[in-house]
Amino acid sequence: MQRSLTLRAGALSLIILALALFGWQIAVSGVGKTEAMDPEYAALMGETATTGKSAMPGPLDVGATIWKHLKDPFYDRGPNDKGIGIQLAYSIGRVALGYGLAVLVAIPVGFLIGMSPLMSRALDPFIQIMKPVSPLAWMPLALYTIKDSSLSAIFVIFICALWPMLINTVFGVSSTRKEWLNVARTLEVGPVRRAFTVILPAAAPTILTGMRISIGIAWLVIVAAEMLVGGTGIGYFVWNEWNNLSITDVITSILVIGLVGMVLDQLLARAQALVTFPE
Amino acid sequence: MSTLLPFARQARPVAETRRTTSSDKFISIEGIARRYPAPGGKQTTIFENLWLPVRRGEFVCMIGHSGCGKTTVLNILAGLEAPSEGVVIVDGQAIAGTSLDRAVIFQGHALLPWRSVLGNVAYAVSSRWRKAKRAEVEARARKAIATVGLAGSEHKRPSELSGGMKQRVGIARALSIEPKILLMDEPFSALDALTRGTLQDEVRRICVETGQTVFMITHDVDEAIYLADRIVLMTNGPEAKVAEIVENPLPKDRDRTQLHHAPGYYALRNHLIDFLVTRSRTLRDAMPEGYDPMHPPVVRPSLSEADAAAITAEKPALRA
Repeated sequence: MQRSLTLRAGALSLIILALALFGWQIAVSGVGKTEAMDPEYAALMGETATTGKSAMPGPLDVGATIWKHLKDPFYDRGPNDKGIGIQLAYSIGRVALGYGLAVLVAIPVGFLIGMSPLMSRALDPFIQIMKPVSPLAWMPLALYTIKDSSLSAIFVIFICALWPMLINTVFGVSSTRKEWLNVARTLEVGPVRRAFTVILPAAAPTILTGMRISIGIAWLVIVAAEMLVGGTGIGYFVWNEWNNLSITDVITSILVIGLVGMVLDQLLARAQALVTFPE
Repeated sequence: MSTLLPFARQARPVAETRRTTSSDKFISIEGIARRYPAPGGKQTTIFENLWLPVRRGEFVCMIGHSGCGKTTVLNILAGLEAPSEGVVIVDGQAIAGTSLDRAVIFQGHALLPWRSVLGNVAYAVSSRWRKAKRAEVEARARKAIATVGLAGSEHKRPSELSGGMKQRVGIARALSIEPKILLMDEPFSALDALTRGTLQDEVRRICVETGQTVFMITHDVDEAIYLADRIVLMTNGPEAKVAEIVENPLPKDRDRTQLHHAPGYYALRNHLIDFLVTRSRTLRDAMPEGYDPMHPPVVRPSLSEADAAAITAEKPALRA
């Protein structure tokens, strides 16, 4: 039953995809000769005017572009013409750095805050105010203080990934079951060993939830941040292709961004499954 | 079936059992109180001036209604809570905080769900013997698991175990550290009757074999009669008191399935149930003349209430 459900869902997905692609192709293809016009003028205007073809590229055009990128993802022909693979590598690198820094800060700090009800209460207003700020609002401040656009982008990723992880770590640590802590107390387990053998495993599923939320936000924000700072990265690539009016490349980037985001999320989902314990 | 010894062999002069001599106070609860702040700046006293001695190798059950502070007494013994007043002396030393000498079996088993059965027990063993080699820790843990009859389930997770099996792991964890005192907080209350019976048998066997000193809290009168050497009766809270200490007249060598044939069983049972039904309330409101919290009255029920009254007044007769 489960297997047949998977099969049927897969088949349905394929049908929906085929219909969407077909609809897309129909929508952008021409309606035939529109009206008689001067051949010279028609040649100048191209198919858009002569056969009513949409300026929007169809799935076949996008497919061709994707193939082009897949064939040679890592070419480098100067600052404004790099392969999509290189651009992605820049973006992933920035996310990895900013996110990694956020993990290093959020988890230990969250641990300390979570273990102290006083600190939890005292720091809560600050966290609550900082959390809803759009990370891009930090950009001018970052550019002004760091004076390096690439580092500023990393800082923005850091700041946006920080809050969900911090809040979840605090919550996970502070809601460790009292009975588990009492077990550690009756066994005379020291504070460090208790932190690693009781609190960390108990809070791990909640911490991983925070990390998963953060990686999603970080990947959303990097595109916008790179559009602002420019130079390299998938966000810059999208904006550059928009300036080139290459819609096929823009659509290709959208697909690639979605794909990478999904992979990142799935990686953390796997990690989360590893630390989740059934009760 | 165990041999039910005639009570004559168990009977001792009442004078001897009425007072516990200081030499056999392995645990001595001395005038402890527990108060909580109440609204309006007042304080609620759960209990105060509570005195209770426990002998080495003795199995003591505490019975009382919810809210009489039984669990608080146990938590104080464990060191998980501090008394508002008074001290607890164990083996000649006032306790301060928790200790590996006093193992706790929690009501809700409190196993760490991310560890296997072996992992849970080994965690306790490695806390007790910090320098022990891994092989030694594992050997001790396996031995404790085998003692509670769970050999073969070492690598299961708590979520794969039934309630009774989880509680067995809790018992194995407590026993594995070879504590001086075992503290049990209604350990079997969440189990079905059949499992509870089997586990009571196991616990009794292990405790008799090892001469373990046990302090246990229970709601279950039959459980207390089967397991305990002495049963401590608490009046209702707040301001609960130790109403009396009932010496269990049943032979040490007792069989749960034959218990109801034992002479004195129903007298004891009725005495306890009468206490829970009425006297736990009436005694709280008015303690009898001459009640001394430092020496709560010791009672040794016999065939009937009338007999018990006669015996406590006179020389003990041979009861068979």
